[in-house]
Formats: sequence, C-alpha cells, structure tokens
Amino acid sequence: MLTRAEHRTSRLAGIAALLCVGLALAAPLAVLLSHGGGTGFNSSQGSYLLRITRFTLLQAGLSTLLSLLFAVPLTRALARRPVFPGRRWLISLFAVPLGLPPLVAALGLIEIWGRNGIANKGLSVLGVETPFSIYGLSGILVAHVFFNLPLAVRLILPALERLPPEYWKTAANLGMGGLSLFRLVEWPAIRRSATGAAGLVFMLCATSFTLVLVLGGGPAATTLEVAIYQALRFDFDPGRAVLLSLIQVGLTLVVMLALKLISAPTEAGDTKGGASNRPDVGGGIHAVPDAMLIGLGGVFVGAPMAAVLVSGLSADMSRLLGDALFWRAAMTSLLIGLAAASLSVLLASLLVRARYSAGARPGSALMGLLAGLSSAAGSLTLLVPPVVLGAGWFLTLGGGTGQLLAPLAVITLVNALMALPFVMRVMEPAHQGTMERNGRLAVSLGLVGLNRLWQIDMPAMLPALATGFVFAVALSLGDLGAIALFGSDRIVTLPWLLYQKLGSYRTSDAAGLALLLGGLTMGLMILADRLGNRNGSGLR
Amino acid sequence: MTQEPAIAFEGVVYGIGDLGAEFSFRREAGTVTAILGPSGAGKSTLLNLAAGFLTPDSGRIRIDGRDVTGLAPAERGISMVFQDNNLFAHLDIRTNIGIGLNPSLRLDAAAWTRVEHALERVGLAGFGKRMPATLSGGERQRVALARAFARRRPLLLLDEPFDGLGPGLAADMLALMLEICSEVGATVLMVTHDPDEARTAAGQILFIARGRIIADAPAAGFFERHDLPDLEAYLGSAAGK
Repeated sequence: MLTRAEHRTSRLAGIAALLCVGLALAAPLAVLLSHGGGTGFNSSQGSYLLRITRFTLLQAGLSTLLSLLFAVPLTRALARRPVFPGRRWLISLFAVPLGLPPLVAALGLIEIWGRNGIANKGLSVLGVETPFSIYGLSGILVAHVFFNLPLAVRLILPALERLPPEYWKTAANLGMGGLSLFRLVEWPAIRRSATGAAGLVFMLCATSFTLVLVLGGGPAATTLEVAIYQALRFDFDPGRAVLLSLIQVGLTLVVMLALKLISAPTEAGDTKGGASNRPDVGGGIHAVPDAMLIGLGGVFVGAPMAAVLVSGLSADMSRLLGDALFWRAAMTSLLIGLAAASLSVLLASLLVRARYSAGARPGSALMGLLAGLSSAAGSLTLLVPPVVLGAGWFLTLGGGTGQLLAPLAVITLVNALMALPFVMRVMEPAHQGTMERNGRLAVSLGLVGLNRLWQIDMPAMLPALATGFVFAVALSLGDLGAIALFGSDRIVTLPWLLYQKLGSYRTSDAAGLALLLGGLTMGLMILADRLGNRNGSGLR
Repeated sequence: MTQEPAIAFEGVVYGIGDLGAEFSFRREAGTVTAILGPSGAGKSTLLNLAAGFLTPDSGRIRIDGRDVTGLAPAERGISMVFQDNNLFAHLDIRTNIGIGLNPSLRLDAAAWTRVEHALERVGLAGFGKRMPATLSGGERQRVALARAFARRRPLLLLDEPFDGLGPGLAADMLALMLEICSEVGATVLMVTHDPDEARTAAGQILFIARGRIIADAPAAGFFERHDLPDLEAYLGSAAGK
C-alpha cells in the first residue's frame, strides 16, 4: 500500500526507467535500420544471409534435440533413484553451467574434447580412426549440450518429483513396466516442462555467441550473432551487420512468441531429492542402466569443469598475477560489473515498484499499459541479443575507436540490460512481500516518502537487492558479447583477455585466467544463491 | 482339505532400533481386519510390507500359502486403495480402471465391458470419460474401489481410504467396500484410525504400537478392554482430539 504522493512518484520514476530501457533498446535498432537503407542488396549477399540463417537454425535445432534426447532419460533415471550417495551433489553440479562464463566452459570442453583431449585418446584406443573435432558443428553441439542438458534436467526433474508417491505405489501394484509407465505416467507428467525446456534451449542456442565464436570453425560454422561480430569487427560492413541483426531480432521474436504459447517453465524449482520411494523400480541388477546413465551424465558435465580446475592449477599463476595487463583487465571488469549491477538493480527497483503502483488501480487503461510495459521490460531485453545491441551502439559511436568512456558506458549498459530480467525476477516477489507485510502499517504510522523507502522498504528488500546485484556482477564479469565489439588495447576485460590468450595459443595463461574467472563468477553465483535462499527469493 | 491362511506374516522383521518393526500374524480368507495404533506405530509399514513396497530384513510373507517375500508387488495378487491419489490425474476414469486390468492398457472389448460394469457397481455409470479432477473426493474413492472390484485380487489393502470424507460418506463407502469384498471373496487388511470404522467393518483387530503387534483379537468387545495400557492411551488421546 502506497500513499497518493508515493504512487505518483513511483509511476513517474517507472516511466523514466521505461524510457531509459526503451531508449537503450530502440536507439541502436533505429541506427541499424537507418544504416540498412544505404546498402545495396545483391544475390550473393542473399545466399550468404540464407546460409548463415540456415546454420543458426540448424545448430540450434540439433542442440535442442540432442539436449532433450539425453535430458529426458537422464531425468527419468534421477527420478527413479531418489536416494543414492552424491545425488544432491550431482544436482547442484548441474546448476553450475547456468552461471559458468561460456568462454571458461569452452576452454574446459577443448581440454576434454580437443585433439589431445581424453575423449579422443579414448576413441583412438577403441580404434576409431577419425578423431572427434571440437571445432565446427560437432564442437558447437557438444558445447550446447554441455550447457543445456543440465538446464533441461533441472527444469524437468521437479515435474517428476512432484508426482504423489501413491502414483509409484499404484504403478508397482498394477505391475506397470518401464515402457507403459513412461507412456502413461512419466511422459504426460513431463511433457509440458519438456516442451518448455526445449523452447528455452532453442532460444539460448539460437542466440549463443561466445561458444560459436570460439568453437565455430570458419565460415562454414557461423551463426547470425558471430556473423554480426565479424561484419563489424573485421570487414566493417555495417550494411551486412544490419541485415544480420534484423534477421536475428526477427528470429528471437518468433521464438519468444512460440515460447509464450507453450509457456516455458521459468523456475527450476525444488530439486531436494529423496522425496519419495520408488517401489515400482527394482534394485540390484535393475539399477545398472540408471546408474550408467547418471554416471555418464555426471562425467559429461563434470569433466570439463574438472579440466578447467586441473589445468588452471598447473598454470603459472605467479606470472599471470605479475602481469600488469591482468590487473588492468580485472579492474576494468570489476568496475563495469559494479556499474552495470548498480544500473540494473536501480532500473529493476523502479520498474518493480511502478508495476506494483500501476497494478493498484485496475481498470485504468493507462495504468494497465504501464504495468504491462514494466513487466515486459525484462523480456524485451532478451529480444535484442547483446551483440545486436552492441552493434547498434557500435555504429552510433562510429566504431568506437579512439574513444574510451563511450564504449565503456555502452558495455555497462548492455550488461545491465542483460541482467535486468533476472534481477527483476528476484526483486518482484520481495517487493510484493514487503508491501503486503508493511504497507498498511507504514501508511497508518505516517511513515511515507523517502523516510519509508529508507527505513522500511529498503531494509526489507536488502536480501533481494543483494542477490540481484551479485548476480548481475557475475553475469557482467563473464560476458564476452558486449566487449567483443569494443575490446581494444585500451579497453580490456577479463573475458576479453582470456579470449586474446586463447587466440594467441597462450594456453597456460588462458588456463590460469579461466580458473580465476570461473572461480570468481561461480563464487559470486553461489553467494547470490545463498543470499536469495535465506530469504526464499532464490535465482533458480 | 487343509485351509491355507489368506495372508500370513512369519517373523517378519523390518528395520532396527526404535524404528524397527516385527510382525507375525495370519488371517483366513474372506476376513476383514482393521489395523489400529498410534501414528508412527508401524501400521503403514505393515501394509507396505504386505504390498511389497518394502522388503523385510528377515521372515516370510505368505499369501494363500505361497511365499511372496521376494516377489514384486504386481505378482502378489493384491489390490490397494490409498487415502489420496489413487487415480492418475491426467488419465480419464475408464483408463484409470483399465490399467488395473492390463498395465499397458491393451484391453479387448470384454475387458472394457468389465470396466463399465465395475463403474456401474460403484454407482458411477457413465463417468468413464470424465477426468478425476471433475469428481468429488468420495467419487474418486469409489473409482478406486471400482478398480479393485474389476481386478478381483484375493487380497485388498486399504490405507485409511475413507479418511477425510466426512462421517456419513465414509460409512456409505465402508458399506460399499464390504459388499464388493464379499462378492469378490477378498480378504481385507485396512489401516484406520477410527475405532467406529473398525467396530462396524472389521471382524478382527490388529493393534500395533512401537512396531509390534500388541493385540490380535476379535473386534467384538475389543475397545472395552482395560488390560492394554497402549490401547487406553490411544483411545484417550483419540477421544481428546
């Protein structure tokens, strides 16, 4: 509950925040559109665009298919075995890729699946002549499955664990075999979350930048996002970048609308495990297939992370830490991260409050619009991928070369917008909660305006603010999308530095840097999760 | 002809220490036994052991003389009705009964007729195409009884099936259950915490406390006994609620 004056300020502030987000999204798009008119369009370019688009869809489709193809049986195996040593640990491990910087993961994946990796050594022992290639389509697929298989498992598992224990008892009592149980009980239960997960995975893979940039080998394996980057960074062909960007936005728009239709599961939910016994599932020898599936899944997800750890620990840390460039990159990353997180949390606060305030006057079309826009602001930023956003600003700034502050501001802005949907999702319930608990009391005590904001609302929302803030810092720290366009000798962030080291085959430095960056972001993610869990407003 | 007991627990031990349970008893075919006792006493453990959801650490369980200790739940000749969630919420009523006849739902015309007949028997003719959520709690339990009726298994295990239905409805359901069981000739083990339910439905009582059978006696006059401190404590606390 807010007073009349508070409502007015909340709504005005919300409109200001909306304008800010809208401008940040619309300005680069407008620039892209105005640039688009000036370029000639010929058939060779047409076939190029078609090829890139086709590959983007192909790799996203295959990644989704593979992720789900492995996720469904693995989830089923995990649900069938509610108690085994390390189960909780394994499910926590499956949350890690969600927060791991793609660049760090790429390094781990190269260690495992690269030419000299364990996977290829195993293959050659088995007598396979042609080694598996981590570059090109196969590499992109492995990387996408690494990120999205665990995500899908965590999205689908609650649907099975939520089923009442009587279901499994009845299944055992009636003697339903594995196949009929899957057909009649398990699949109907997971169908919704599985299709939702598939949509989400497709969206993530269609807009994935870093993994394709690092693992996509040359023009044959390039997606829209990477092509935008190449068009601006190497060829300085704004016209092509514009066309690619427009296709990309159109594509994400279609996918997002489709996602809305199948209503994706947003919460990975409670995966505490050990919920109910499964009398329908046999032990002993019958447990072997499930154990093998679970073991393979765990190794597939865990091995690249372990590889980052092992190779990072064997790197020459003292040389890395003695490098002035490293410290400059760390400081830049930290500053961008803190600034982006502050901006993101500020915008989210204003939007969340405006939405609450506008929602308090149902029936008013204007207020309905404000509430709708405030809640849509989060997902709108998903519509325009960071690289597209960066591309627009890149053109606005005329390439950004020679400038320092403007590119830094753009990177900060893009990172803040990237984090916005997540930060809003954390803050929304917290704000709702404090309004329900303290709203009437504060108004009746005459505790209003800034006093109330400072003494009641801020302290009550502090955990959510902290969770959102730390999460946004972590997201920004690991991001390569925005810096990729603007990175230079003068502007160096940790992911950019890591990308440079990877590109120049400074493997030892890269390994050490990946461990530091991965450790830092993971530490922050865990902190954010802890902060959130203490107050029931966790990220996942 | 020597009459084998319909169900027998022979020194069945499950778990150790305070949580451990040890049961021995036998029941003749066609009898109805109420299993009573304070919560946490092991009533559900006993039922789960009989159903095959739990495997005893030692001892034998026999059904109609056959040793079923190592058999899977579906191989024991048992039907079961729980307090909730007897029906799969996403399957319609006739499918929910149909999987009781064939777990992969491969039913011929005769089997579907049996399904319809079972629905008629519990007074739910014409409900076959409806979803469980559109039925009341009492109607859903009737469907569960219909499935047990259609399955015609010699042993029926009930885990507080009429709890939360309200006294009048519970009494009706109890009567229906007894009719159906006598038609099928099934032996009944029924966990309940309602002494009245036990008095009206059951010929015999198993009174359980701390994982042991404290009393195995006819239902008639059982609740008037004063020689069992556990029973007095149980009834006292039940009356106090």
